[in-house]
Formats: sequence, structure tokens, C-alpha cells
Amino acid sequence: ESALSIETSIPFIGHRIDPPSRTVETTPNELMDFFKTMVLMRRMEIAADSLYKAKLIRGFCHLYDGQEAVAIGMEAAITKKDAIITAYRDHCIFLGRGGTLVEAFAELMGRRDGCSKGKGGSMHFYKKDSGFFGGHGIVGAQVPLGCGIAFGQKYSKDGSVTFTLYGDGAANQGQLFEALNMSALLDLPVILVCENNHYGMGTAEWRAAKSPAYYKRGDYVPGLKVDGMDALAVKQACKFAKEYVLKNGPIILEMDTYRYHGHSMSDPGSTYRTRDEISGVRQERDPIERIRKLLLAHELSTEKDLKDIEKSARKEVDEAIAKAKESPMPDPSELFTNVYVKGYGVESFGADRKELRAVLP
Amino acid sequence: KEMTVRDALNSALDEEMSADPTVFVMGEEVGEYQGAYKITKGLLDKYGPERVVDTPITEAGFTGIGVGAAYHGLRPVVEFMTFNFSMQAIDHIINSAAKSNYMSAGQISVPIVFRGPNGAAAGVGAQHSQCYAAWFGSCPGLKVLAPYSSEDARGLLKAAIRDPDPVVFLENELLYGESFPISAEALDSSFSLPIGKAKIEREGKDVTIVAYSKMVGYALQAAERLSKEGISAEVINLRSIRPLDRRAINASVRKTNRLVTVEEGFPQHGVGAEICASVVEESFEYLDAPVERISGADVPMPYAADLERLAVPQVEDIVRAAKRACFRAK
Repeated sequence: ESALSIETSIPFIGHRIDPPSRTVETTPNELMDFFKTMVLMRRMEIAADSLYKAKLIRGFCHLYDGQEAVAIGMEAAITKKDAIITAYRDHCIFLGRGGTLVEAFAELMGRRDGCSKGKGGSMHFYKKDSGFFGGHGIVGAQVPLGCGIAFGQKYSKDGSVTFTLYGDGAANQGQLFEALNMSALLDLPVILVCENNHYGMGTAEWRAAKSPAYYKRGDYVPGLKVDGMDALAVKQACKFAKEYVLKNGPIILEMDTYRYHGHSMSDPGSTYRTRDEISGVRQERDPIERIRKLLLAHELSTEKDLKDIEKSARKEVDEAIAKAKESPMPDPSELFTNVYVKGYGVESFGADRKELRAVLP
Repeated sequence: KEMTVRDALNSALDEEMSADPTVFVMGEEVGEYQGAYKITKGLLDKYGPERVVDTPITEAGFTGIGVGAAYHGLRPVVEFMTFNFSMQAIDHIINSAAKSNYMSAGQISVPIVFRGPNGAAAGVGAQHSQCYAAWFGSCPGLKVLAPYSSEDARGLLKAAIRDPDPVVFLENELLYGESFPISAEALDSSFSLPIGKAKIEREGKDVTIVAYSKMVGYALQAAERLSKEGISAEVINLRSIRPLDRRAINASVRKTNRLVTVEEGFPQHGVGAEICASVVEESFEYLDAPVERISGADVPMPYAADLERLAVPQVEDIVRAAKRACFRAK
């Protein structure tokens, strides 16, 4: 198949570094794959929204629709030996790492076949065998953890790197700067990916950050501002960053992106931004539409074929939900499993210890 | 043969680093400075800066990095200069370390040791004198160990490093320089002690005194004094705060029918409170006297020497409580 060279929508902006070329190498297959995967991710999140409203998903649920290009662009630049760690907006990262829809929906509904056997929930997806380390619920805490994974990678000299994702809200956390300082001192192969969707929960970035130029916030650590709605730009930046950190230590990638949903399901997402702003982004910057236009402009697909892909994604998601619904709830005995790797046969107690207790394996 | 607790900890670290290349130590001044309390002395020379990592004074950052390294499969030993500073990093100990194996249904194990001096030193004031045994001991997913003697220090630290789960290892600054007799068996590099098992330090039949860390020494002194007054005290060294050896505690109480708990920490929701609850639940009908609790005073640690003495348990407090339990108080 013929390689294509495509210009990114806007130039990268570097901080203490010369940015990579705007011309991105890709293939028809890659573009089709981007389209298919992003459509599937989008459909998964829309379906999760409905399941939540039908009360089949409990507690928290943070949706990723709008930000898909970051997940797939990153995957296109790295391998499963590289590690990813993120916060609680983790469904699509999990899918990108090779997780299945059934595992995702079953976890969301707290079922046995979930990726964490129903014990993690929406915020705690993992797929360690493909280098996905979660799925973390405490804003900012995943950044030092990601730097630690990179410490392990450097220690074992395996040539892999870690992408540690955080939002513009977490970008102001103190521990981020602590971990970045140490990562720079130790030249750790870690890429701090700031997914700037412009709102930390319901607070606009400029109300929370004196400097919302997150790619510059590492001061002595180089940074790159990337159009996070352009999967090819994300791919180019991540490829560049991986090579950079293996030689030089950390870098920050600020991905300028957007979430269509509110912060979580309790947030309608409309009190701190205008409807016009959201629809403007959908019309002008949507990551799926960008790839659709490319596929059509280069005559790599047809309107009808792309519509068919969307239809089959809908079907695939519906089937996965049906299958996940068939998965039973976890067995009550699972309450006491995985508390420890090694429980030494110690007793653990339920609410009424005379009624419910277990020996930890 | 005798050995200080400091040397016991240092030799245990050295041997485990030598045996397993995934073991590394990190913390403030653990390398070039040779450790704030010299527990890591000589390790930098022997293992190099990749395995003996000096960190900035940023607990949240380096603790998170340690936990992340454990996610990746290394066995970090993270030193807190004192456990008071672990409060800066408690989120990573509880939320990132203790819960990950559970939340991930066993995918992400966290083989890490958090160690350092805990509890009251001498004259260092409120922010540097607190026992965190009850805090960490309340959290499922953590194992919490508190050595007393040099044998404890060696055997428990080796067990902690080899363990696949996160272990909080509470040392005591005032014990570092103390020498204890040590057996040839405990000096062997293969030595380790079982996690979750208490040790009967002294057998007795009239009253059980349960303690951990430095308070074990005080309990033994108290038992000695009590014996001169005809009271035979059994002293249990917990060694492990979590898992708590409820079986050993209850077996002893069923024998002596009396219990005194001793700890340096605050009284409310303390280790003694948990032991008392366990005995009330399991051995209520064996108790011949109310359970006695000796603990740190319910105040932040004062600086002045006379006030500080009043704020931590003394041997005479334990003696008095034991006599009360035996209905021998005046």
C-alpha cells in the first residue's frame, strides 16, 4: 500500500526544544484504523452514558468522547512494551491498549467478566499484560506513579518508556512538579501528557492556572504543544517524544483537546461553558470528522463505507453490552480475594464478624 | 554474640540487595550521606547510585515514584527520614500501594517496603514525635511490622522485602543504638521471621502484657519488677501490627485472664483499643479483670522534658496497670 504524507492542521509549538516536522507519514490502513477505532470509542462512551442513565452503571463515570485522537495517536507511535498510566477518564485508553468492549462494559456494570472482575469500576481499568497500569482516582497521583514505572524501565534497561496522562486540572498538583524534578534529575524515560480539555472539573483552565501554557510548566523540562484533536499530530509528537526521552529524560506534551461530556455524569457540562463553544468544536475540530475528511479527500473510502463502519460499531457495542449484561455479578467470596497477594491464612472480617469472616489465601 | 538494631537493619538490607537485583533503596540522604540514621551506611559504595537513590526532600513525589517502580516489578525500599514525613505521602501508601492489587483484581501487585523511624524520639516536639502504627494498621492491603530487638529487625525486614505486598516497617530511633543478643541462626542470610506472628518474649501466668517496638523493652522491665512482687507477667511482642496475631493474644489472655496493652501512640482508636476489642469478642468469659490500656497521652507531644515524660508511657505506668489488673493496687 502507498504511504501518504499529511500536514498537521497547525504547527507544533516547542518549549526549549525544536519541534518535529508537521509532515506526518501514514498509510491508508492506518487512517482507516484510526477512523474505526475512534468511532468505536465514541460509540462506547455514548452507550456508557445511556447505561448510566438507566442506572446500570453506578457511582462515577467519566467519559472521553472528544478526546479520542489522543488515545489512538499515542498508540500508533508506541508498542505494548511501553507503559501508559492515566487518571479516571480511562475507558478509551483501555480499549486502545487492546482491552475488549465486553471487559469494559462488564467492569462498568460491576460484573464478573470486567477487566477488574467488577472490583475496580469505571475509574479502575487495568491491562498490565499490555502495559496499561490504570485507571487512578486521585487527581495527579498517577504522575509520580508513571514516573516510577519509567524508573523501573530505566532500571531494567529494556528501552521502553512510560506515558503518564493527566488533565489540565491535575497540572497544578504539587506532586507533579516533585515527580518531574526527580525524573529530570534521574533522566527517566517518561512523557508527561497533559490532556488539556480546558476544564478541570467545572473550572476553566485560566481560573485554576496562572499560566495555562502547560507545555511550558516544566520550566527546565522541554515541552511541546500539540493539536490533540488531530490523531496524526498526536502520533508524530508521541513518536518524537519517545525517542527524545530515551536519550534525554522527561518531556511534556500538552495535547489541546476537548471533552464533549461534562466532567462526570453529575455534570451536565453546560454551566461553565456555552453550548456554542461545544458545537463549535464539534463542527470545526472533531477528531473523527478530521479523519473522515482525509479519507474522502484522498479517495481512500466512500461516504457510504464510512457510514457502514459507524453502523457496525453501533452493532458491535450493542452486542458487547448484551454479553456484559449476561455476565453474573461477582461471587460474594470475591469480597476477600486480592486484598493481599499473600494473605498468610489470616482472618479478615465482614460487617458482622460473627456472621461473615474469611481466611485470606 | 550481640548486635545493634542499626547493624541488624543495615545487614538485612545489604543481604537482600545482594540476593535480589530488583531490590533498591530510595529516600532522603540514604546514599552519599550514608543515611540520616546510618541504616543505609555503605550501601551506595557497594551497589551504586542506580540502586541507592538519593531523593529531594519531596515525599509525595518519591513515594509515588517508588510505588510506580513496584507496579513495574521492582522491589523498592523507600526510607522516610521519619514516619512523620510519610504524612506528605500517605495518599500513595494508602490509595496507590495498599489498594491496587484489590482494585485490579490481582493484576497490579505492589512489592514495596516503606521504612523509617516511627514514634517518639527525645526532645523533638510535636511534629516529629508520633506513632503511626494505628493509622497504617487500620488499612487493609497494607502489612505493618514493628521490630523490637535486633533479631526482629533482621528477620522482619528480610521478610518485608521478600513479601509481595506493601509493607509499612516501623522502626524506633531510640532503639537503633541498642544491642541485643543474636543467634547464629538469625545471622544467617537466609533468616527471616513470619509476618503476622507475635513472639512471647517472657512467659508468665498472672497477667498478659502486649506491646510492640520500644515498649516491649519497657514491658520486659515491668515484668521483672512485677516478678519481685510475686506477679508472673507474660510479655507478648506483637512484631506485626497488621496482620494482628489475635490467636497468640487471646491464647495468652485465656491463660492469664488479665491483659495490659502498651503503646506509644495516642489512646483513641489505638492498637490497644483493637486488642481490647479482640479479647472482648473472643475471650470475654476468660477475663478476670478489666483490660488496662497504657498509651501515649492524648495530647500533641510537648517539648519540655518533664512534660514529655508525662506524655509517653513509663515502666512504672505498666507496673501499676498490671497490679491493678491483678487487684494488687494499693
